[in-house]
Amino acid sequence: MKDIGIVSYGAHIPRFRLKTGDIARAWGKDPEGMASGLGIIEKSVPSADQDVATISVEAARAALDRCNINPQDIGAIYVGSESHPYAVKPTGTIVGEAIGATPLLMVADYEFACKAGTAAIQTCISMVKSNMIKYGLAIGADTSQAAPGDALEYAASAGGAAFIIGKENIIATINETCSFTTDTPDFWRRAGRKYPAHGGRFTGGPAYFKHIMSNAKNLMDLVKTKPEDYDYAIFHQPNGKFPVKVAKMLGFTYDQIKQGLLSPYVGNTYSGATMIGLASVLDVVKPGDRIFLTSYGSGAGSDAFDITVTNKIKDMDRKKAPLLSELIENKEYIDYAAYAKYRDLLYLE
Amino acid sequence: MRDVAVIGVGVTKFGELWDRSFRQLIAEAGAKAILDSGISGGDIDAMYIGSMSSGRFVGQEHIGALVADASGFSHLHIPATRVEGACASGGLAVRQGYLSIASGVNDVVVVGGIEKMNDVSGEAASETLATAADQEWESFFGVTFPGLYALMARRHMYEYGTTKKQLAEVAVKNHSNGALNPNAQYQRPIKLETAMNATMVADPLGLFDCSPVTDGSASIVLCAADKAKKFTDKAIKIIGSGQGSDTLALHARDNLCTLEATVYAAKKAYKQANVKPSDIDVAEVHDCFTIAEIIAIEDLGFVKKGEGGKAIENKITTLDGELPVNTSGGLKAKGHPVGATGVAQIVEIVEQLRGTADKRQVKNAKVGLAHNVGGSGATAVVHILEAM
Repeated sequence: MKDIGIVSYGAHIPRFRLKTGDIARAWGKDPEGMASGLGIIEKSVPSADQDVATISVEAARAALDRCNINPQDIGAIYVGSESHPYAVKPTGTIVGEAIGATPLLMVADYEFACKAGTAAIQTCISMVKSNMIKYGLAIGADTSQAAPGDALEYAASAGGAAFIIGKENIIATINETCSFTTDTPDFWRRAGRKYPAHGGRFTGGPAYFKHIMSNAKNLMDLVKTKPEDYDYAIFHQPNGKFPVKVAKMLGFTYDQIKQGLLSPYVGNTYSGATMIGLASVLDVVKPGDRIFLTSYGSGAGSDAFDITVTNKIKDMDRKKAPLLSELIENKEYIDYAAYAKYRDLLYLE
Repeated sequence: MRDVAVIGVGVTKFGELWDRSFRQLIAEAGAKAILDSGISGGDIDAMYIGSMSSGRFVGQEHIGALVADASGFSHLHIPATRVEGACASGGLAVRQGYLSIASGVNDVVVVGGIEKMNDVSGEAASETLATAADQEWESFFGVTFPGLYALMARRHMYEYGTTKKQLAEVAVKNHSNGALNPNAQYQRPIKLETAMNATMVADPLGLFDCSPVTDGSASIVLCAADKAKKFTDKAIKIIGSGQGSDTLALHARDNLCTLEATVYAAKKAYKQANVKPSDIDVAEVHDCFTIAEIIAIEDLGFVKKGEGGKAIENKITTLDGELPVNTSGGLKAKGHPVGATGVAQIVEIVEQLRGTADKRQVKNAKVGLAHNVGGSGATAVVHILEAM
């Protein structure tokens, strides 16, 4: 797999922000306690005209802005999300049309809770490897749902990132990837339901931690590495606490994870979470840097990646598209009432 | 009445046991107690199982027969009976086992207690626990147990000047003991400030004033005292057993600062055992909330009414205090799988009187007491044990 990797990348995060304390106040909870308990200061909120299709298009265009490939050379688009705008009708076709990649194109939408984006990367890797396509576009994006008043409401946010996978001019080589999957019902949304449900504390130990720990160890065994061999590490970030804890349990330091840890500032972007974390790391890496990424999707599974940055990163003008630090800073605060309106929480007749 | 002894004890780990099923837990605790006692399946005359609400927690009723079956005894057709008295289910099961031997009907009885509470959501667990209150006059109006015990705490503060700090001291002590118990749900000491400043649950009770939701099981083997030697040389005698009841609803009581059911049960147990509160060397009391431990040590006669808070503050009930209380970590730190609690309390007292409580061992413990409460005090059961 030495020759396959990331050709380009792009991300998008909606501008609106809602402070954790404002959500807590709306429900009569302790504002500071909720923010510090979850490790989330604020979360991104999509406006009325933003959805997974628009976020995916923004991210895909940002990825194309950073490289010189012809969109017609993209042979496949896979969009991972749990908030596709349509139950039936693909998001990927909208993206394909918007970036000019149609019609000789393979497309499908993916869903695997928070790890559908990394699953899309794995599919693109294998299709490039088998020479079925020249470039594949893998996207992870969400405008995640949460029932009003539920614990998830403090974290569920919006954002996404896109990665062009190929063999030529790769800025980062994906050395290895592996997955760990079981049938573990920690979080779900049944067909036709507006809000997801979850198993409370069951989402921790037997779900998030078991799958990430197992898969991260498997990958390090596979490529014979140790945590100290990596310059950066990214873990799925449903809040600001879990990724810090799982990193520590595995032997990674806070310095290794901080560049890819965005949940304190944007919340949990679900399928976008590890994807924007990786984009944030790619914003700052230099040749030779090694990156460890482990996603997690409820239901449950984890995808892990061992990545090495190549010399080609020097040829990329990363400023041709917004950096994550810019996307995070480009914000406008809204209150809970505006949030309720944008997220369709109000009953209107 | 014949004398009865505890000849075997067993307990599972307490905590969030996602990977263990209801029947695995009860079978494990039972097997440990049976192995500890030296009996074999053929020796068992009867089984009593305490469980508050297996139907709501895991969707399984008819657990008397289930427990005998899961323990591998279905072919022996042992009479197996479930006992229910809310959070006192375990203590009541112990008493039923005790009575059946004391009466001469049985010689060897296995008692189990179990609750698997984490298979439902926190809300469902609270709602299930609230079925132990008076549905018509309490639960339907929205009161759950933290609210009821908060009423008791407020009144105790008003009547006797009990402070939030004294409540917090109970949690600190029990966490400190739990840190020495390998089977406890929480095995870390906590700071007084942590308990004082914890998230408010029902004023004045904060998060650390409340026992947790727990999965776990405990079991003991009881035997007619004169036949105990046949199986073991480490038998511990039950010298007193008392049970009392009271109004189901808290507001119907004359006094919110005392549990009359506890006072009644304790009086019976002390009289039968022919001991005074001052003779007790170690006690496990029902601290479902910190205020409950303060009220319990008063009602059991360890201190005068109203002086429970002060006694906690003066460290009288710590592990190296005058009367160590809840050496296991109590319901607060060891965890509170409701149906298992009353049996687990006996397990701890037996360990203490045998001298096998390891880092939690109370020096020269000869007489121990276990106190188990159901609801807000509508049921209470007290057992007094003595080294033989």
